[in-house]
Amino acid sequence: MTVADTIASSFLRVRGLGKSFGGFRALKDVDLDVSRGEFVCFLGPSGCGKTTLLRAIAGLDPQDEGTIHIGGRDVSKAPPSERDFGIVFQSYALFPNLTVAKNVGYGLVNRSRPRREIDARVAELLALVGLAEQGAKFPGQLSGGQQQRVALARALATSPGLLLLDEPLSALDAKVRVRLRDEMRALQQRLGVTTIMVTHDQEEALAMADRIVVMNHGVIEQVGTPEEIYRRPATAFVADFVGHMTFLDAIVTGPRSVKVGALDFIVAEDAGAPVGSKVKLALRPEAVQTRAVAADAANRFDARVGDLAFLGAFCRAQLAPVEPGAPVIAADISANAMRDLGVATGDVRPVAFPPEALRVFAAAAS
Amino acid sequence: MGFRRAGLGEAQVAGALITVVCLVLVLIIALPLWTLLSKSVQNVDGQFVGLANFAAYVRSPTLVASLANSVMVAGLATAIVIPLAFVYAYALTRSRMPLKGLFAAAALLPIFAPSLMAALALIYVFGNQGILKSWMMGASLYGPVGIVAAEALYSFPHALLILTTALSLADGRLREAADALGTTRRRIFWTITLPGARYGLVSAAFVVFTLVITDFGVPKVIGGQFDVLATDAYRQVVGQQNFPMGAVVGLVLLIPAVAAFFVDRRAQKRQTALLSARATPYFPKRDRQRDWSLFVFTALVGSAIVATYGVAVWGSFVRYWPYNLSLTLNNYDFANVEPTGWEGYVNSLKLAGLTAVIGTAFVFVGAYLIEKLIVFPRLRGFAHFLAMLPMAVPGLVLGLGYVFFFNASWNPLNVLYGTLIVMVINTVAHYYTVAHITALTSLKQIDREFEAVSASLKVPFWRTFSRVTAPICMPAILDIAVYLFVNAMTTVSAVIFLYGSSTKLASIAIVHMDEAGAVASAAAMGTVIMATAIGVKLLHVALNALVFGRLQRWRVR
Repeated sequence: MTVADTIASSFLRVRGLGKSFGGFRALKDVDLDVSRGEFVCFLGPSGCGKTTLLRAIAGLDPQDEGTIHIGGRDVSKAPPSERDFGIVFQSYALFPNLTVAKNVGYGLVNRSRPRREIDARVAELLALVGLAEQGAKFPGQLSGGQQQRVALARALATSPGLLLLDEPLSALDAKVRVRLRDEMRALQQRLGVTTIMVTHDQEEALAMADRIVVMNHGVIEQVGTPEEIYRRPATAFVADFVGHMTFLDAIVTGPRSVKVGALDFIVAEDAGAPVGSKVKLALRPEAVQTRAVAADAANRFDARVGDLAFLGAFCRAQLAPVEPGAPVIAADISANAMRDLGVATGDVRPVAFPPEALRVFAAAAS
Repeated sequence: MGFRRAGLGEAQVAGALITVVCLVLVLIIALPLWTLLSKSVQNVDGQFVGLANFAAYVRSPTLVASLANSVMVAGLATAIVIPLAFVYAYALTRSRMPLKGLFAAAALLPIFAPSLMAALALIYVFGNQGILKSWMMGASLYGPVGIVAAEALYSFPHALLILTTALSLADGRLREAADALGTTRRRIFWTITLPGARYGLVSAAFVVFTLVITDFGVPKVIGGQFDVLATDAYRQVVGQQNFPMGAVVGLVLLIPAVAAFFVDRRAQKRQTALLSARATPYFPKRDRQRDWSLFVFTALVGSAIVATYGVAVWGSFVRYWPYNLSLTLNNYDFANVEPTGWEGYVNSLKLAGLTAVIGTAFVFVGAYLIEKLIVFPRLRGFAHFLAMLPMAVPGLVLGLGYVFFFNASWNPLNVLYGTLIVMVINTVAHYYTVAHITALTSLKQIDREFEAVSASLKVPFWRTFSRVTAPICMPAILDIAVYLFVNAMTTVSAVIFLYGSSTKLASIAIVHMDEAGAVASAAAMGTVIMATAIGVKLLHVALNALVFGRLQRWRVR
């Protein structure tokens, strides 16, 4: 595929986007392509620029520099009303004095279509989000989850090419949130509407998105599928932000080996730093192998089990390799493994750190 | 609305509207004030003379004496009102005494009458023919004593409103923490309650001081030979036609008001910072001793206020105070003492009605454009600045500005001078800031994404304004309308310069009837104004309770 093809196939194209609030640079030279029908999540801590980017795409807070194309049309300077999108806010912004049906039909009435057609479309949308019987109620009479679905139905009413979701689930209870995110994902796939969702919840992003855009300090740190982001974080920030990650101070000892204290680790990919330089070795607690560790496994050490924190489905164990001068390393041991192996504080057990699960980052980053 | 059909984009409509708002505010606020400023550095013939007028002012012993008088009277009234209002507000917010609603209403009574009604009432009680004249022990009511007492009555509710707000913004958790630590009541008061209300106290003190120093009605009626700045300004402009010197006096009056404005803004910023979003409201516990002593205090102060105004109302129905106390309606036959008769009242109704309708519509739409649009940030900021300006400008000063601006021969708008229109414009401008803040407060409570959602649905903002924003803000809109109506009914200070022969107002007729010695008729006109203002307020309360219960069904969960 040539570059021209990529551009042609991308439904949303953002180039060189920059935005400042006073002296604070909220977005710095952001480039992004989203394909038609894709579900993309902007993920990052608060203040990372994810909402600013979404609002710039919507035209609500216009960018200072850069261009935005939606559906092949340059909308960089267009007001929101001339861009093709529907939006759901964290607050839902439902009109409290209008009924649910009037809210959903709000954008339809303006398009001077026959009354009957509007009513049918509203009924169809309410059925779509599972609120067929609720049309006559006021938003204040609905639960948070129901309000969220009304907001979604209203945003979809005009069949926009682009659906923007600004933290749509964060005002809900944990249980409702999980149910609704599955419903929303299913709905999005059924309708095939290109969707961008802003979230600070990595679990939400991992569960819903086709691709995740991880942002920090106004720049995109990494764009990739949930699996790529999780397994192969491009930067120490992404590694730290998505999932749990243990960082160990290490020194490069060869093209594919590093030393942490007295322990030698083999890594699967080139450390990308000269021998002798300081780096960070990163690994996820759940990647630590604790059962059926082969005698010749790479990065195999004997470790003493320290504190065990019970976390429900698994235990987080602090493992102290018996080698003197070795750091303590966190490992997640599943409830099954705990039971089968009878793990207890004070045990000394063989553990292994699979080379392909280890990542090396420059030492400067946290 | 048909903007779309006319081929206009939302941004153009928004730009046009906000430009109109700015132009109107410049015309009704900025230009009159500018004319006042420039008048003060001109001589009678309109030539630039620098600070000569100010030098003449400082050299004039009578004018300087008025300044001292004004400061003294305002200072005394403030010193009396603030402690009383504080305890009253404390009783209303921090006790479990009975009849709180009644006491709150009683203390607000002076708001519904022109300031000079308080002076008339005092004349009935302590004046030369007063029923309690002996209590004065030979001292004369007509002078500083009367002014201070009447101003204290008149300004009491203004201080009370600020202090009640300040005291009701209390974090209940602070009290609980103090109680848990075994803190004494006295110590809680000095370390928690008072510091919490500190900014409210500062703000209330400045408001009262400004109200008193710029009030015209009370010193006019009860001041006797005791000159103050406000009466000086009136005499310079209306009596001696000395516009430059009037402008100088106006500018002197502007100083405390502008100072109050900035102190108040600082105080408000800190007051809100005191109260975190996680604060819990404070619910006072029962305490017999505290509740009853506060009850006695509020009952005394509250009934003193009601009784004073009540005496004025009673006096208006009395045949010949205090010798023949039989009741009559003769005093309400205004034509006997005042050539315009009841016409003044009709004019007042017209002024109040027009001010309420036009003012509310303009203020609310203006506040909406300023708060909710995202385009033209500079213009919106400028409009907001102009809208906040009248707060710092006493009515008398604004009235002077209007005289100079709308009476100027170079101004094509001078045809409006003396008409009801110019008085409506002036009254809207005079009370603009409070109305504007009320509108802004209610608009800020609305989800700020409504406009964004509308834009995404390609619904223009004016449609969302009329279908969603305005209906949601209806209670605030009514508040603004009633506020403007009541103030337009009772104001004297600005319009005294602006009325024409056929547009004399009820409140101005009171001044004239009092000047002519017809105190009973003056009191009668005051009573009519008060009854009207209270009636409108009651209507407002009823409307809120009845109509909105039905129309605003969505508020019920």
